[in-house]
Amino acid sequence: MSGYKKPLPKPDPITAPFWESVKAHAMKIQRCNDTGKFFFYPRGLTPFTLSDNVSWEPVSGRGVVHAFTIVYQNRDPAFAEEVPYVVAIVELEEGARLMSTLVDVEPDPEHVRIGMPVEVVYDDVTDEITLPRFRPVRAD
Amino acid sequence: MRELSGKVAIVGVAESDQIGRVPDKPAIMLHAEAARSALAEAGLTKDDVDGLFTAGIPTTELGEYLGIQPKVTDNTSVGGSSFVIHVGHAATAIATGRCQVALVTHGESGRSRVGMPPRVTPPDSLRGQFEAPYGLPQPVGAYALACSRHMHEFGTTKEQLAEIAVATRKWAMLNPKAYMRDPITIEDVLNSRPICWPFNLLDCCLVTDAGGAFVMTSLERARDLRQHPVVVLGFGESHTHAMISQMPSYTSFAARQSGKVAFEMAGVTHDDIDLAMIYDSFTYTVLLSLEELGFCGKGEGGAFVSGQRTAPGGAFPMNTNGGGLSYTHPGMYGMFAVIEAVRQLRHDYADEGIRQVPNARIALVHGTGGVLSSAGTAILARY
Repeated sequence: MSGYKKPLPKPDPITAPFWESVKAHAMKIQRCNDTGKFFFYPRGLTPFTLSDNVSWEPVSGRGVVHAFTIVYQNRDPAFAEEVPYVVAIVELEEGARLMSTLVDVEPDPEHVRIGMPVEVVYDDVTDEITLPRFRPVRAD
Repeated sequence: MRELSGKVAIVGVAESDQIGRVPDKPAIMLHAEAARSALAEAGLTKDDVDGLFTAGIPTTELGEYLGIQPKVTDNTSVGGSSFVIHVGHAATAIATGRCQVALVTHGESGRSRVGMPPRVTPPDSLRGQFEAPYGLPQPVGAYALACSRHMHEFGTTKEQLAEIAVATRKWAMLNPKAYMRDPITIEDVLNSRPICWPFNLLDCCLVTDAGGAFVMTSLERARDLRQHPVVVLGFGESHTHAMISQMPSYTSFAARQSGKVAFEMAGVTHDDIDLAMIYDSFTYTVLLSLEELGFCGKGEGGAFVSGQRTAPGGAFPMNTNGGGLSYTHPGMYGMFAVIEAVRQLRHDYADEGIRQVPNARIALVHGTGGVLSSAGTAILARY
């Protein structure tokens, strides 16, 4: 696993529960219990009211592509060998958005569509870190 | 706010001695050269300066390098919008008597990277955790993501985005200091190398070395100085996010707020604007800014720029120096939008034919920073 050359996240005490949840292949994000709204990235308080009334909740891992780009050029050699690839903003069913990469789809604007349903796949990139990625939901 | 309108003037502007490719000068020297020239143009000396404004480096370093100990120091650093925001901050400081002469400087060795801080994203930073692992090239990929949403919601096309690059190049062809001066067509833009869909190379700004500066003082004092004064009528600022994944809406940004406040303070309408200097980091930046500033309706930006309306001789003169797309873009371009607006309002190009916007009296300058993160708008007028 030491061969992984791309940037890796280093969890901090506040974000660690998220990274632990994806490592366990069961993503959790935070919900503001004052408003009932989910938010992402993890914070030490809710950005909606600034209170501590926040809980970690399991999420479905399903969502839709909210925005995307296809990367054709990247100066970082670790990414350069993979172009073209799709980076997307995914809006989860629970309402929060996060950045990720799309897998199992042609990196072509004819194949990637905004509004396309996607689901999480867990990519164990090292022994310590799992990254959530997303793939199109099959029609079956 | 209205009581601050029209009280303060920009009295000198300058670029660094060379711009474009300047491999033999560190960034701070680009600040210093521009500062020296802007003060000389105004007919002032560094000993007159008692307000210091910059971004990219600490004001302490700038003051030390220039031998200036100011009464007012302002290091507001919100990317390329910073220097437009400094116009408002300096105008406020002067109008309220906190300082008499403000010097605002910029300098970046964006291409040669001499005397520049390293570009690092710590792995435990929020961007290091929640964006960097996914390989989005910054900032181009961020603007591309946002643009995809505009295309989806409003049917904006790559051809419409290309109109902006082509019109801006036509202005650059009139500017001897512009980095790129060969004519281009919409087809050239569409056929240039793909970078991050929907952007091709010619949708993207340059990466250059350059510095810039401007000097401000009260209108009362400006009347006795060398240059025709350009007064500050209105200004506004805001920001909505730092990371593109946190942008509340990909088709709206802080320009909506900064522009509204600037127009209200200035007491002018969109029809009064003779030229617009709109930060053009990418073609989409311009299209979205035009909508958010209210020059056209939501989703109408594509139609607004079509038919080369922003080119020399067009109905809406915009980015008349050739912009960040074709003139210069060292990283935080906002400074150069201010400089060009002042030159147009002074009628500096009166002997250069179509380059001078006819009877230019009021200009809007808009800066965007980060990844559509921050915005600063200033409305300036020929005194």
